Order: sequence, then C-alpha cells, then structure tokens
Amino acid sequence: MKYFIAFLSSFLFSIGLAISGMTNPSNIIGFLDVFGAFNLQLVLVMLGAVGFHGLSYFLIKKKASPLLTEKFLIPRNKKIDMKLVTGAALFGIGWGIGGYCPGPALVSLVSLSGPVLVFSLSMIVGIAAYHYFFKQFLTGERS
Amino acid sequence: MSPYLTSLIGGLIIGLATSIFLLFKGRVFGISGIVGGIVKPIRGDIFWRVSVVSGLIFGGVLMSILYPAAIEFSDSNLTRYLLAGLLVGFGTQLGGGCTSGHGVCGVSRLSQRSLTATAVFMLSGILTVIMTKWLGV
Repeated sequence: MKYFIAFLSSFLFSIGLAISGMTNPSNIIGFLDVFGAFNLQLVLVMLGAVGFHGLSYFLIKKKASPLLTEKFLIPRNKKIDMKLVTGAALFGIGWGIGGYCPGPALVSLVSLSGPVLVFSLSMIVGIAAYHYFFKQFLTGERS
Repeated sequence: MSPYLTSLIGGLIIGLATSIFLLFKGRVFGISGIVGGIVKPIRGDIFWRVSVVSGLIFGGVLMSILYPAAIEFSDSNLTRYLLAGLLVGFGTQLGGGCTSGHGVCGVSRLSQRSLTATAVFMLSGILTVIMTKWLGV
C-alpha cells in the first residue's frame, strides 16, 4: 500500500506537470525571461499547487499521524546558511540553462530525446558527485 | 483550452499529489531528495523512492500517448543540457531541494528556508537566462 501511494502521488504529479506545460523547457526559460517574452504559465502552476497544498498542509498537520506511517517527517532545520543559498543559486543557474528541473526531466525521459537523456544522466552524476565526494568536505561529515 | 487555464489545473493536480503523499506517508514530496536517496541509498529506505520515480516515468509514458506535444522536445545543443544537469544535480543536493520540495511543499508551509531557496533559484535562473541571451548561447 505504501508503495502504491508513492507511485500514485508521483503518477498524478507527472500528469499535473505535463498538462501545465512544465515538461516543456521553453516554458520554463520563457518564465525566467522576465525582460523578454515573459511566459506566465509557471506562476499559475505555482499558484494552483501552493494554493492547494498550502491549505491542505495545515489541515493534514492537525492529524496526530499520517495514515500509513507513525509520524510526520517534515524538515525541521531552520538554518539559512551558505549551503542552502549556494545550492539554490547553482540549481537556478542549471535550471536557467536547460529549462529542466528534476521532476519534469524524469517525466520526459520517455521521449528518449537527446536533451532529456543528457540532462538526466549528468544530473545523476551531479547528485553522485555531491554525495560521494563533496559532502564530506562541505559539511565535515564522513559519508 | 487556454494555456493559463491548463497551467492552473495542472498546478492544482500537483498540489493534490503532494497532499496525498503527505496525508498517507507524512513526507515532503521533494523529487531531488527522493532521487538523492536512490543515488546514495540507505538500507530499508529505497523502495518507496523507486516507486516515486517509477510513477513519474509511467506518468510520462501515459502523457506521451495522450498528449505527446507536452513531452516532445528537441535541441541539438547537447552541451547545454550536460552543464545544466550537473548544476541541477549538485545544486539541489547542496541546497536540500528543488522546485517540488522547496518551491511547492516548502513554500506551502511557509518554511523560511524554502522561501529563501525558492527566491534564490528563481533569481539566479532569471539572471542566467539574461546572461545566456546576452551572450547569444
């Protein structure tokens, strides 16, 4: 059941991404191009998603526990540090260059087209580079 | 249908999906974090992550049949996507989230960290598009 829910929610998520135009990198670049042919679609997607989830979050959090697990695992870290800011800045640069973020790239994998394949593979390399190499230097932790 | 209306509806579906996930699993639907836990796996904490990724891929398969225009995209400049992927992969792990985890889930619960991260990645994305256009690449 818990695997089914994980599958179902991401399945729904991907349908939302595709019909809202977010799997098309041109719409993302168009949104970020605020001084050019500004494309408002992402604003409406965020409005719908945050509007819905913002409301449901506060209703769901009133429950003592989730339906399938013992407790809520919501990030409680409140620290705004250089890691957060630098990471978000690097992510934004990559997002602006390619127009893909992780979700839309995975949803678009089915097309097997060059951009999405190259993006997804190098994204995995970037993720692995962080966890297997940089993390221990950046946080002082042994991984 | 107007692209603005479909974007709003798509956004609501995304909000519904993250809400179902939170209600049943009690977790934030953050795709970069979920994928990060597959690339660097911890025993007993992998299968649900693989289920999430399969849901995204199968959703893509369904949409490529129902609405192929949404999925099709081509560009011959592959270097662009190589660089973009590296930055997105590394940056999301360092910054602890992407558009789903920080942008949708974090902003929804008014997390200071996520609001900051979202403002930063949108701003750096905007500056990047200005730069790439200016450089003509």
